[in-house]
Amino acid sequence: MKWSKYVRPYWKYFVLGPLCMIVEVLGEVLMPLWYSRILNIGVENHDVGFIALTCLLMILTALLMMGGGVGGAWFGSKAAVNFAADLRRDVYAKVQQFSFANIDKYSTGSLVTRLTNDVTQLMNFVNMLLRMFLRAPGMMIGALIAAIALNAELARVLAVTIPVIALVEFLIIRVGFPRFTAMQQRMDHLNSTIQESLTNIRVVKSFVREKHEDEKFARANQDLKDAAMRALGVVIFMLPMMMLLMNLTSVAVIWFGGRHVIAGDMPLGDFNAFITYITQILVSLMMMSMLFMNSSRALASSKRIREVMEEKLDLSDAGAAHKDARVARGDVEFKHVTFRYYKNSENAVLRDVSLTINGGETVGIIGSTGCGKTTLVSMIPRLYDVDEGQVLVDGIDVRDYSLYHLREGVGMVLQKNVLFSGTIAENLRWGDENATDAEMIAAAKSAQADGFIRGFADGYDRELEQGGVNVSGGQRQRLCIARALLKHPKILILDDSTSAVDTATEAAIRESFKNELRDSTKIIIAQRITSVMEADKIIVMDDGAITGIGTHDELLKSNTAYQEIYHSQVDGKEAA
Amino acid sequence: MARSLENLQKQYNSAASAGAMGGGPGRGPNFGPGRGPGRGPGSGRGPMAATNSFQGKPADTKGTIVRIFSYVGKYWKRLILVLLCMLLSTAGSLAGGYLLRPIVNHIADAATPAAERVAYLGGMLGVLVGVYLIGIGGTYLQSRLMIGVSRTAIQNIRDDLFTKLERLPLKFHDNQTTGELMSRFTNDVDNIGLMLDQSLMSMFSGIINIIGTLTMMVITNIWLTLITLVFIPLFIFSSRFIIGKSRKYYAAQQAALGAANGYIEESVAGQKVVKVFNHEADCVEEFGLLNGDLRMKQMKAMFFGGIMGPIMGNMSQVSYALTAGIGGALCALGRFDVGGLAIFVNYSRQFARPINEISQQVATLFSALAGAERVFAVMDKDPEAPDPEDVQRPERLRGHVVLDDVSFGYVPGRTVLKHISLYARPGQKIAFVGSTGAGKTTITNLLNRFYDIDSGRITIDDIDIQKLPRDFLRQNIAMVLQDTHLFTGTVMENIRYGRLDATDAEVVAAAKMASADSFIRRLSDGYNTVIEGDGANLSQGQRQLLNIARAAISHAPILVLDEATSSVDTRTERHIERGMDRLMQDRTTFVIAHRLSTVRNANAIMVLENGEIIERGSHDDLLAMKGRYYELYTGKSELT
Repeated sequence: MKWSKYVRPYWKYFVLGPLCMIVEVLGEVLMPLWYSRILNIGVENHDVGFIALTCLLMILTALLMMGGGVGGAWFGSKAAVNFAADLRRDVYAKVQQFSFANIDKYSTGSLVTRLTNDVTQLMNFVNMLLRMFLRAPGMMIGALIAAIALNAELARVLAVTIPVIALVEFLIIRVGFPRFTAMQQRMDHLNSTIQESLTNIRVVKSFVREKHEDEKFARANQDLKDAAMRALGVVIFMLPMMMLLMNLTSVAVIWFGGRHVIAGDMPLGDFNAFITYITQILVSLMMMSMLFMNSSRALASSKRIREVMEEKLDLSDAGAAHKDARVARGDVEFKHVTFRYYKNSENAVLRDVSLTINGGETVGIIGSTGCGKTTLVSMIPRLYDVDEGQVLVDGIDVRDYSLYHLREGVGMVLQKNVLFSGTIAENLRWGDENATDAEMIAAAKSAQADGFIRGFADGYDRELEQGGVNVSGGQRQRLCIARALLKHPKILILDDSTSAVDTATEAAIRESFKNELRDSTKIIIAQRITSVMEADKIIVMDDGAITGIGTHDELLKSNTAYQEIYHSQVDGKEAA
Repeated sequence: MARSLENLQKQYNSAASAGAMGGGPGRGPNFGPGRGPGRGPGSGRGPMAATNSFQGKPADTKGTIVRIFSYVGKYWKRLILVLLCMLLSTAGSLAGGYLLRPIVNHIADAATPAAERVAYLGGMLGVLVGVYLIGIGGTYLQSRLMIGVSRTAIQNIRDDLFTKLERLPLKFHDNQTTGELMSRFTNDVDNIGLMLDQSLMSMFSGIINIIGTLTMMVITNIWLTLITLVFIPLFIFSSRFIIGKSRKYYAAQQAALGAANGYIEESVAGQKVVKVFNHEADCVEEFGLLNGDLRMKQMKAMFFGGIMGPIMGNMSQVSYALTAGIGGALCALGRFDVGGLAIFVNYSRQFARPINEISQQVATLFSALAGAERVFAVMDKDPEAPDPEDVQRPERLRGHVVLDDVSFGYVPGRTVLKHISLYARPGQKIAFVGSTGAGKTTITNLLNRFYDIDSGRITIDDIDIQKLPRDFLRQNIAMVLQDTHLFTGTVMENIRYGRLDATDAEVVAAAKMASADSFIRRLSDGYNTVIEGDGANLSQGQRQLLNIARAAISHAPILVLDEATSSVDTRTERHIERGMDRLMQDRTTFVIAHRLSTVRNANAIMVLENGEIIERGSHDDLLAMKGRYYELYTGKSELT
């Protein structure tokens, strides 16, 4: 990725910011010079007029410096904020382009951190860079030149002090950095301990383990305190140490400089100015070390952002042959499909799967957890690409559709159901943003959701909270189904989407599918055998392969795995 | 169909994440733990938005201060030492500055012989080094001592808060999100820490510094001091103005940031749904609106946060220029000495710094006090009621449980359970069947007094459970809860949570009973496999088995299984049936299950509806009754 993309549109700010800061730096170097002239010329010659004039000049310089500083802040924040906002926009857009495989690679938390913390981190760094990058070295160089110009011999003191200070700073950073990292880790540990105890509060209470948790927490807390003391110890040490070095430097300057003054080869004004310059040099040295510390953090952030931006999208419809094709009938065919999540892994999740589903059929898929049911159906809307073989929809390879048209035609209710902040109506209209109220209500009715929605005081205008936590699990699943129904998909896939719905409601949902989705292909993954019993076709899966296809009665006769599942669930009823 | 900006802000602002990013005024790269990025999990979502913690002024400032002081007060001896060190360090730096005056005056004094002047210079520099060393020593000791006090105080506050949280009734926890409580620890306690570490000290030393510097100025030259005094109100006024502005824009920025972050979190978490619905373009558009809004507000916030330094710093440059000019003129007229001017100029240049610092710390101070108030509010909540005076503690419980006309509601006026009466003899198995929300889980939560009943009576072995010590009661009821929660630690440790003194062999036996042994052995390190993040590396079914093992290891005579095997697939469930039977043997067991097949062999089955028992009896009785249970079982009607 090119960072310059985020700089170029705002290059004026990126130039003007540092320029303004240079005004401030120049002023800072000039001020002691004016002052020394007051002493050397004004006081020496008792020339009050000259002093007054120089004083005015100094005030003017100070005002200019203020202008420079404010301007620097203005351009600096413009540059940094625009840089960050553009970057944030692009990173977000990039994440939107991610395929499922790309998404799987990152945890949600890590993507969110990159979009929030890391971008902010970079923004602050750019701002600091623009305001300090030229300033600290600029001030140092300016003060150094001025000091050498004033008295080159005396400036040699710096040849000793600067390396010593740099060395001390280096050592402190080297000792301090790991200690701060350690402290941060302990902090994270403490936080996760708290979080765990709070989410598990019922377990803690039911086993009467409050004291046990207290002790665990106290240990983590003590660890954190120890680590904090160690880390802060460095800071506590650093500040006085720096002060000491600075003071010793000025003592040395006063000693050598004072002797020059006494010897008469250095004017008093120069002596005073020299001391000021020394302080400036040392302060800018400290500023630079801070800059250095911060840049290592920003570097880490930029790496994490770069990782997202440079993530290779492994799924694209750029080369699709039938971009205009739309899903019309809903036929699905798998031809010798093999798939692995981890491409270098030996175990394939799907192994040589072949299968034909005709448009309008109802197909049930059953099998124990981890056998590849979800993976199998994920191939249809091309959430992942097959490694070998082919998936065809209406006789066209899914890779030849435009992703948009393919996914418009395939409605899928994921196992992990998510709703979004906003009203119920807004959520349902994800399926079809132009749906009329009547259409929306019809979809909700089919998903058996209309009843409970009307039970809410504000009905379809009820605000859902993030993730839809303010409706029950079963209600959430039904809303998700309604949302998918509103799409009027040619192929509807339900991935274990009614597990929290009561069996009667589930039966009603199945019934409405039969009536209202007569022409659509319905593929249902389920745990309960009753959910798939009436399907036209039931697919039994085990360990990435299909072990049986047929109707309920056929499988009950021929397929042992199916028999086992059936008996584990229905035996009791038979006996009754 | 993208929503409007206004709408988005409304929807995502309430979920604004507090303190997710730093970068406001008064938050320099100073010390203080966890200020930076990645401050641990759950970065404090919840209604306590950053705007709140920044602006919120405490209601009872005095009481809060007194209470914070009670944490540091016991170290009063050390605090006095801190104050002394602070005086020493300020005195050191002021005296060090002042010593320059005689030095400059002497070396510039052409009347004295050169050798004498050099000797004087050497002597004075010796003194100067001494003064510097004393001052720096003071500075070091002061921070060292204060850090010790403040970190210990923070540690104690954290301990107290945590201990309290563990003892608050579930009613409290039901109404608080974990994120909200986490932000008490992360934001609020951190702010108190920051205040104790830094703000208080820099305010005190700032005040001492101002007084000291002013005194030195007056001593040096009263007329020049007057010039500086003219600048003081100007300093205060402009810093107040800037802080007020930047606080306002900072709050606006935090709100916009909260909305943008909320949106990011939600849409990224639901990224797969976004893709399945072809919703990417809408998301980009909506995010663009929020991002644009953030851009405008962030710019202002950053600008006002950034001009404090240059304006205040250069204002003192103006006062420096004025003193240099007027002082120089006085020197030229012979009314002032050059050495005096040298130090005065230094003083006047440094003068803005403490004022600047104090005004910045005021903001930190207020947000710390507001945070402290929220922390103390939690600490002041009533814990679970203490055991009564006439508590009864039998040797052991057999598990004869009786509910007599029990009614209960989570919220007053909304009864969830109505007139429930039932009994279970020791060793019997009672099952609850009913729709979600019928009150099945609630009944079990009353048994171990997670909640106290409103009317009626619950007895175990004929003792009212209100009269049993609460800890004893809970130790006698082993629960397998609906939500499977595990702790970070090994599998062994997680099972042992049920009985801390269980041997390894007993843990394995319990795992076997729960049919967990075989999958545990297949884990990378067997029983020593570390479970992280609530067992994310285990399947839901496996977690349920571990939960059962955890309950199996306890010797409790009463067992509650709340949908304990709902995520175990039916084939596996069959395999573990025998283990479960052994587990329930000799224990009074309450079972809640969705699958009717799992409750068939119960001694009694209670069919619950709307908080009432509408049918009860054995499986055969209920079938013969041809009522609701019969309908459910035969599929004529199903659970709703």
